Amino acid sequence: MHQESEIRDPLILGNKTYHDITREIALPVEGKANKYWWILFGLSVVLFLWGIGCMAYTIGTGIGVWGLNKTVNWAWDITNFVWWIGIGHAGTLISAVLLLFRQKWRMAINRSAEAMTIFGVVQAGLFPLIHMGRPWLAYWVFPIPNTYGSLWQNFNSPLLWDVFAISTYLTVSTVFWYIGLIPDFAMIRDRMSKTISPMKKQLYTLLAFGWSGRAKHWQRFEEVSLVLAGLATPLVFSVHSIVSMDFATSVIPGWHTTIFPPYFVLGALFSGFAMVETLLIIVRKVVHMEAYITIKHIEYMNIIILFTGSMVGTAYITELFMAWYSGVEFEQYAFLNRATGPYWWAYVSMMSCNVIIPQLYWIKKIRTSFIATFILSIFVNIGMWFERFVIIVTSLHRDFLPSAWSMFSPTFIDIGIFLGTIGFFFVLFLMYARTFPVVAQAELKTILKSSGSEYKKRSHE
Amino acid sequence: MSKKVIHAIFDDEEILLQSVKEIRSKKYDIEEVYSPFPVHGLDHALGLKETRMAITAFIYGCIGLSFGGLLIYYIMISGVGKSWPMNIGGKPNFTFYQNVPSFVPIMFECTVLFAGHLMSLTYFYRNKLYPGASTKSPDPRTTDDKFLMELIVEDSDKEITKILKSTGASEINEKNIEDE
Repeated sequence: MHQESEIRDPLILGNKTYHDITREIALPVEGKANKYWWILFGLSVVLFLWGIGCMAYTIGTGIGVWGLNKTVNWAWDITNFVWWIGIGHAGTLISAVLLLFRQKWRMAINRSAEAMTIFGVVQAGLFPLIHMGRPWLAYWVFPIPNTYGSLWQNFNSPLLWDVFAISTYLTVSTVFWYIGLIPDFAMIRDRMSKTISPMKKQLYTLLAFGWSGRAKHWQRFEEVSLVLAGLATPLVFSVHSIVSMDFATSVIPGWHTTIFPPYFVLGALFSGFAMVETLLIIVRKVVHMEAYITIKHIEYMNIIILFTGSMVGTAYITELFMAWYSGVEFEQYAFLNRATGPYWWAYVSMMSCNVIIPQLYWIKKIRTSFIATFILSIFVNIGMWFERFVIIVTSLHRDFLPSAWSMFSPTFIDIGIFLGTIGFFFVLFLMYARTFPVVAQAELKTILKSSGSEYKKRSHE
Repeated sequence: MSKKVIHAIFDDEEILLQSVKEIRSKKYDIEEVYSPFPVHGLDHALGLKETRMAITAFIYGCIGLSFGGLLIYYIMISGVGKSWPMNIGGKPNFTFYQNVPSFVPIMFECTVLFAGHLMSLTYFYRNKLYPGASTKSPDPRTTDDKFLMELIVEDSDKEITKILKSTGASEINEKNIEDE
């Protein structure tokens, strides 16, 4: 058996057996929801319905109901789109990249992180869909044979690359997630035979796809997981690189920079890990996963946040330096205006939330505290929203003709749609937390003997 | 001559692994092993062949790459591209190779799309997994914490039970099956 160093902290706390893991992970699915779940769910549904109302109003009346104008013709919609897509990236990093690096701590958190990815990408996809104005014609973005003459897509356009990247990302992530879920659904199905209602048992029988855990199936399962991880890794980097090219291939000062792809990918991982922490710190309490999602997991994620946050800070400063060094007046003005113009407060929020505040993670006390991590993760979520807002709006609002300069202010519809997607996201996530096994229990059982705290103690005595 | 099915249940994957090796060295055929999680080394101990899932993914990826390339070639260069010429950023769509840098992202996405989905479908097909299929495991505890070894032996065979007991099986169930 694989032995693990004594110095390495255990990943599963307490004296657990395989059966304990089964029982504790099936518990939230089998039990009834508590008061807090219903309060949160109710709030999310209200927000979601509010968002649907605002979306319906936008589609019925036109994009004019947003705060856009001729100068700032892209604002909250694309900000929210990039923000949600970015959040999704941490889930794939945890489930795919950390699998390739054989990081065992991913096993307790990959299920929820990947759920967050899928639900986040769903929210992101809504924004371009609504922005089309006529969402019932959304299928025009796909190259399908048509009767409109030579109406085909332009494959030189990063917006079309986005269509392919995001569709691939959403569907491949979902399949990757589901293949991992099948053995866990089977576990719930097999427990249901004794206690729970027949309808629930039928549902989980349907979801489990008839999984029985044969040796050959497990062999294929492991290879398929590995290959999907290998495919998802370049995929996740390509997705946000392509999103950044929506901006970088344009000629707008402030957007036209070669640093964008790596800078966006790191920013995405940074914001995604913050969202994973926000969610998991709540989830571990609400569904009692304290033994599986430990402070060690949070600390590892905080180290990634510290690293990616510093990289993002370096990118901000590189951008400023390159603007000065380019000697191009327009480029220099775009960045000067960004930091000291009328949107200085957005720039300051971005800088403090993304660059300065995560530096607190150098302090071990803060890095290993649930409360501090929760508060800091909220700051990062806000900061990364501001980053996209700063990049998009400050680059547009003072364009080539000073007579056209203007400001952007969101209407209540803009705000409503954004809040609506937050509501929709939490509706999906809360329903997931009650019906899905939130920890990949089959995978977790493989590390119980090497990383469980009791087993570690015993093997070193 | 009639045969019987033996279901031996183990509580621990290491004991199971030892037992599998022991039984295989005594020239018995193990029909199947059901386990709640992947046990490392079990496929080798059982003498299972390497899986070819990764090879299928490579083939599907090649198909996806060609599909993406041909799709773009038809739409941008040869077919539609001829009747609707475009000149974007001073880069006219006359030839594929001059335009290929901006085609790379979609060709890559098509590769991943095809490899990921078709491999997953192959995985479902080969494992006979589909929505609503019923489990083949003889004991529901095999998705929880028990490991089950299934053997089919001659009815008269008493040796196998002894070996299973001595190698650590916690429970042995026998069932006669009709043999025509």
